[in-house]
Amino acid sequence: MSGFAGFALRRAAGAVLTLLALSVIIYVVFYATPGNVAQITCGPRCSPEQVHQVAQQLKLDDPLYLRYWHFLEGIVAGQDYSTGTSVEHCSAPCLGLSYQSDQQVMRIILTKLPVSLSLVVGAMVLWLLLGVGTGVLSAWRRGRFTERALTGVTLAGIATPVFVIGLVLMIVICGQLELLPFPEYVSLSDDPEQWAWGLLLPWFTLALGEAAYFARLTRASMLETLAEDHIRTFRAYGVSERSIVGRHALRGALAPIIALNANDFGSAVGGAVLVESLFGLPGIGQELVHAVNVVDLPVVVGMVLVIGFFVVVANAVADVLYAVADRRVVLT
Amino acid sequence: MSLVQVSDLTVDFGDLRAVDGLSLRLEQGAALALVGESGSGKSTVASALLGLHRGTGARVSGSVEVAGTDVARAPEDALRRLRGGKAAMVFQDPLSSLDPYYAIGDQIAEVYRVHTRASRRAARARAVDVLDRVGIADARRRSRSRPHEFSGGMRQRALIAMALACEPELLIADEPTTALDVTVQAQILDLLHTLREETGMGLLLVTHDVGVAAESVDDVLVMRHGRVVEHGSVGAVLGAPSEAYTRELLGAVPRVDAPRALPEASQEAVLESAVVEEGVVEGHVVEEAVVEGVVHGEAVVEGVVHEEAVVEGVVHEEAIEEGVVLEAVGLRREFGRGKRAFAAVDGVSLTIRRGETLGVVGESGSGKTTLGRMLVGLLEPTAGEVRDIGHARVGVNPAVQMVFQDPVSSLNPRRSVGESIADPLRARGERDEGRIRGRVRALLERVGLEAAHYDRYPHEFSGGQRQRVGIARALAADPHVIVCDEPVSALDVTTQAQVVALLGELQRELGLALVFVAHDLAVVRQVSDRVAVMRRGRLVESGPADEVYGNPQDPYTQQLLAAVPALDPEIAARRRAARRRAAAQESARHESARRDADLRDADRRESAVT
Repeated sequence: MSGFAGFALRRAAGAVLTLLALSVIIYVVFYATPGNVAQITCGPRCSPEQVHQVAQQLKLDDPLYLRYWHFLEGIVAGQDYSTGTSVEHCSAPCLGLSYQSDQQVMRIILTKLPVSLSLVVGAMVLWLLLGVGTGVLSAWRRGRFTERALTGVTLAGIATPVFVIGLVLMIVICGQLELLPFPEYVSLSDDPEQWAWGLLLPWFTLALGEAAYFARLTRASMLETLAEDHIRTFRAYGVSERSIVGRHALRGALAPIIALNANDFGSAVGGAVLVESLFGLPGIGQELVHAVNVVDLPVVVGMVLVIGFFVVVANAVADVLYAVADRRVVLT
Repeated sequence: MSLVQVSDLTVDFGDLRAVDGLSLRLEQGAALALVGESGSGKSTVASALLGLHRGTGARVSGSVEVAGTDVARAPEDALRRLRGGKAAMVFQDPLSSLDPYYAIGDQIAEVYRVHTRASRRAARARAVDVLDRVGIADARRRSRSRPHEFSGGMRQRALIAMALACEPELLIADEPTTALDVTVQAQILDLLHTLREETGMGLLLVTHDVGVAAESVDDVLVMRHGRVVEHGSVGAVLGAPSEAYTRELLGAVPRVDAPRALPEASQEAVLESAVVEEGVVEGHVVEEAVVEGVVHGEAVVEGVVHEEAVVEGVVHEEAIEEGVVLEAVGLRREFGRGKRAFAAVDGVSLTIRRGETLGVVGESGSGKTTLGRMLVGLLEPTAGEVRDIGHARVGVNPAVQMVFQDPVSSLNPRRSVGESIADPLRARGERDEGRIRGRVRALLERVGLEAAHYDRYPHEFSGGQRQRVGIARALAADPHVIVCDEPVSALDVTTQAQVVALLGELQRELGLALVFVAHDLAVVRQVSDRVAVMRRGRLVESGPADEVYGNPQDPYTQQLLAAVPALDPEIAARRRAARRRAAAQESARHESARRDADLRDADRRESAVT
């Protein structure tokens, strides 16, 4: 287990460095962005004095490195903010206050994250089931009609934009057939059943396009495995095609599936904004787009760090799964 | 009823006729070898016996009957009962022929359960049984290992165990020892022999190696272009072949027990050089002793130990007198770091003289390739140095070139062969396109290809031709030493003989020194003036080829030579008996030691994966 502990430690250190680098990049990018942040934050009707006051309050006139230093300090030690009338304490790890609403960024994230995770985790289960299942079926029925039909369907799935899938699903299922009410987000802790019903369409919307990629990848890497010598061994020993495809070929095809899934899961946490807006889900993606529009630096940094965190963690988990799936892989 | 009855078998892959009207018969318990060069159709026949061409697009005609099953007409489930149940196949490459993701015991158990109604537990127990039977020590524990944790020989044993699981009547072995070292090959062939004696199963052995066939079977069938050339008992076919092709094939097989057959011209040259060398240094292995930048060489002059100190950077005068063109002193190369570090080459010193061939033999993992790469400068030694006529060398030296093992992967498939051969010229700074083209054309012709081949691509050439391209590329830089790393091990025997002859010609013509690195003891004997035997990174023995082969001093060299398959079946049988006696004594003494060594090997491989 010492090997694993070492691996975890090295990975954690790597993750911290990655996230630090991310935050620096975002600070620099926003610093270089044209436009008066104080003016935007204050609103169009603010007088120059008011704008000046806002700038002071938000410490916008401080040099960049000082602002970044305060930000790091907040994460480690927490921070006190004056919001004009009162002083608010933001305990560590503090990602600062939103320029717009004076809310703590950490709290904003904590309200948005469950929505995004509900969406992405559910969709991931679906895209894995659908995608890998379709891929296995294609590989098993290779060269036959089933495979050609499935290949066509998956190509269509990749080519169709996610909002088209979402709109069609919503119009047909909720509008025409009235099988489901129009989806509405209910939190899992409030009512698990309503939560699941409400997310059913978003899950499918996000998963269908994604599943097409997984189907193609699974099919391709299974066909590759099926051409390998050890498959020939089991054929020559009378092992049935079903067990050759389902047991030996699938196992050999797992590695690229694990890798793709790690990437897609990580990026979907912050990148499912289309699905979120389509179904009115108050998730990370929507909030991020809004924050970028109003140059709400603390919120953007916080969100990006959370997304980065998920990408890094998902990849570390993928590496562990690699090693479990293939004993030749040694974690270092 | 015969165990195998094939009549008028024809197999076509598209336009290619791989097997052309072949008939053969194998009785219960008999052993037959299909011998032929690559492309002769021998493996295609083996696959046809199990109906493995079904669904691959190959057209099969004629009738094939194996253990009472009509392979051509049997329904799918009858065919599956035959495969592994009545006739089991052992494949060539034991690494790629096992599923890397599952434990070896589980894979054998899976096959067993296909053919019996055994429970999981019983099947697992059966797997341990057969693994034990094929000589896997501590079979219960090792059955939980995955293929990468086994050595090559153990994997081949595991595949044989899988074949034995259902007690088949027929064992089809397709090149079962081709990927193995010679000592391991001998063990596997002995194992097959013993199993056949014990179980009475029939054996169909597919091999390109006539020696392997002589060791293992009663009858031989020589194949060429999908047809039978000659068929008869081993003694008759190999002892007194009646067909010209068989004679040609046997003639091309390098003999480990025959002295080097030199072409007349070179014999004179050797006589001359022998006169020059008389009274000088013999057995040029210089013992290592590196002391703070000062290199002491210890040379044995006709039995008298004579010490000479050579200070770095100073030209070794004596070396020039002896015609030494390349000298390696105390070479050591480690791979890995910390606890995982191991020395692939560990203190090797040697000299190479103008116009001579130094053979370096050793089994896989002995460090011979690492040594070759250090001589060329492709690898930096961890300690010691390579001196090119006395000068310490840094980086790649154009005067020392390399010919690589695999002529397929050592040529860039996307560039014409002419471009590949021109690389060393361009690397040397030649910019005149006309001169480059002219030189490359001349080189192509020199190695027996046509000047017009300049614009062709590697896939348009056969293996032997590709190796000629590799040789032309090595010649391009006007080297005085060429290191050949297994230059012929991927080639058929007749092609092998041609390439070896070409190297010899070039050597005489250009006064090249050759370092011939190979695992094949017979080939090395046929090409080398002097031979160095490597084991675990060290030189265990070296000297003139005839001395090393005729009167090997080191036990390891003796063991290697005893393991080489003999072409004469009688000698083969005697050697086998001797090996068995030795093995019985050995196993009694070293049972536990070997187990440790296997484990260490497995550990090493594991760390190599990282």
